Amino acid sequence: MSGAQPAPLLKLEGLTKHFAVQSGGFFRRHVTALRAVDGVDLEIQAGETLGLVGESGCGKSTLGRMIIRLIEPTAGSIVFDGVDITRLDMQALREHRRGMQIVFQDPFGALNPRMTVEDIIMEPLLIHGARHDDAARKRVDEMLGLVGLPLRARSRFPHEFSGGQRQRVGIARALVLNPRFLVCDEPVSALDVSVQAQIVNLLQDLQRDLGLTYLFIAHDLSVVKHISDRVAVMYLGRVVEIADKRAIYAAPRHPYTQALIAAVPVLKPRERGRGRRVRITGDIPSALNPPSGCRFHTRCPYVMPVCRTDEPKLAPTDAGHLVACHLMDNQESNKG
Amino acid sequence: MTLSPLTRRRLAVFRAHRRGFWSLWIFLALFGASLFAEFIANDRPLLISFDGHWYMPVLQDISEDRFGPDFLPTEADYSAPDVQAAIRAHGWMIWPAIPYHYDTIVLNLNVPAPAPPSWQNLLGTDDQARDVLSRVIYGFRLSVLFGFTLTIIASAIGIAAGAIQGYRGGLTDLLFQRFIEIWSGMPQLYLLIILGSVIAPGFWILLGFLLLFSWMSLTGVVRAEFLRGRNLEYVRAAKALGVSDIAVMWRHILPNAMVATLTFLPFTLSGSVTILASLDFLGFGLPPGSPSLGELVSQGKNNLQAPWLGITAFVVLGGVLTLLIFIGEAVRDAFDPRRMP
Repeated sequence: MSGAQPAPLLKLEGLTKHFAVQSGGFFRRHVTALRAVDGVDLEIQAGETLGLVGESGCGKSTLGRMIIRLIEPTAGSIVFDGVDITRLDMQALREHRRGMQIVFQDPFGALNPRMTVEDIIMEPLLIHGARHDDAARKRVDEMLGLVGLPLRARSRFPHEFSGGQRQRVGIARALVLNPRFLVCDEPVSALDVSVQAQIVNLLQDLQRDLGLTYLFIAHDLSVVKHISDRVAVMYLGRVVEIADKRAIYAAPRHPYTQALIAAVPVLKPRERGRGRRVRITGDIPSALNPPSGCRFHTRCPYVMPVCRTDEPKLAPTDAGHLVACHLMDNQESNKG
Repeated sequence: MTLSPLTRRRLAVFRAHRRGFWSLWIFLALFGASLFAEFIANDRPLLISFDGHWYMPVLQDISEDRFGPDFLPTEADYSAPDVQAAIRAHGWMIWPAIPYHYDTIVLNLNVPAPAPPSWQNLLGTDDQARDVLSRVIYGFRLSVLFGFTLTIIASAIGIAAGAIQGYRGGLTDLLFQRFIEIWSGMPQLYLLIILGSVIAPGFWILLGFLLLFSWMSLTGVVRAEFLRGRNLEYVRAAKALGVSDIAVMWRHILPNAMVATLTFLPFTLSGSVTILASLDFLGFGLPPGSPSLGELVSQGKNNLQAPWLGITAFVVLGGVLTLLIFIGEAVRDAFDPRRMP
């Protein structure tokens, strides 16, 4: 990162979450740490969209939930808008949550089926001291208009809506307190493709109109490509590559990123770039017992001896990429 | 009062459930009537006109010497023929439909007690010559009131315990669960019998005894619902919005748990009625002489030659339990969010 940039809106340093997993019998109990997120450094500038991609189970959602403090981090710090919110108590945290909100993946599960849309959208207002009065109702109307729902939706229940409409309700609830930062935890992956586009466009319009900052978590690379300014790639609880959208899609550096991008289906397979195509085999290793050294070495086609022992650091390379890979060390040294 | 759309829809679903709806009205009518049992079945007249004075013996105690110089200054016994004659000579009196209190001994029987049904005693008398219909009315009221009180208190404790257990999870849940396993392993009936022989059980003491064990029936269901509920996305969303734990439990998880609870509630209620009846049947329940359905069952068992006792007990107990369960089914359906009226 160049020093000329303004202070980031959100800065994560060494953010880590280890879940304790118990195994064994009653007398010989083993507690193993499941390293869901293991030392993630990230910076998000105000007004940008950072896409976060990775396979299922790589820790993307855990990371997103830690930022909102739904999950308490094991180590590391979260600095939002210049304030370290990692250890805030519940009272201070509540005030801070006005500034940051989350949109969940499952629009069927994220809304209480027993509350009307009006109650759902109004709840954050009431928690933060508003009264159940005409002003609050007017605010609900505004939000419905903002997310493109008809006003008559207010007295309906979530099950009367389609998935896309429910996700709009979820977005309205997240935005009703005027947050600056939104964690979108796979907001479209549960939706039909045609509806996905509508929701992505809605999020983009809202970002433009309200000046929002997004952390957009997804496993669908084409959606991320559409909405993000920068993209971070996660593998087994670690960020392996961060770069501008164009750079990462045109010239991925980390072998894992290359494999991910090579795996995106294209409309006309003949037109796929003729360059070397990286294929990876096997499954993602268990986060209970991650591989030593570079976590990707078990599946990496370019694995070298150093990869098995030393863990690569996230380091800048050419074209603004930040990559954690020993291949880059060689390139750097070759160049140098 | 304005009803929320949700409440209105629940009412509509409930109304559409004909069987439950009518059961509720029948039950309410019977229960409402039984609350005024003193005006329906009593050994005192409702109204007396005596020498231009008005008396309501149901509501006030009147000294017997008021009705004539020959009587003693004790409480009037209106069923005594000479008292009746004295009142009739100076005015008139209106009797309730059933002129017997639950503990009135019918003296002018033509047959030895238990007497079969007759125009005088519509359901006959029991083996102590007390009018069965009168005892059924008072017994129904007592059973239902007891059942309601026990169910409400037990549910409140059970729901609170289950909610804390499920929501906190972890060590709290573990310790609580072990405690419940031990506590529910106690031989309840023996303990109740032992306790009942140490302390003479009245209505409230018996309620307390039964409460010791009956609160657990709901805890498991509510705990399971809260364990599931605390990981629901919308509960996470509420926490992310900064909703307090109490509010999350109350507003977002409890309504889900209420469906399971309400499914159980008719069974808890009918169970409460049944356990009171069974303790009374065994003779460890309410004090002797109390009007109770269980005591009527036991009389039916002891007097097989008088089938009206057993049949009455069966019909009344069965009818009450059936009505409660029909109502419970309708309530359960009304709380199902996917059911349209």
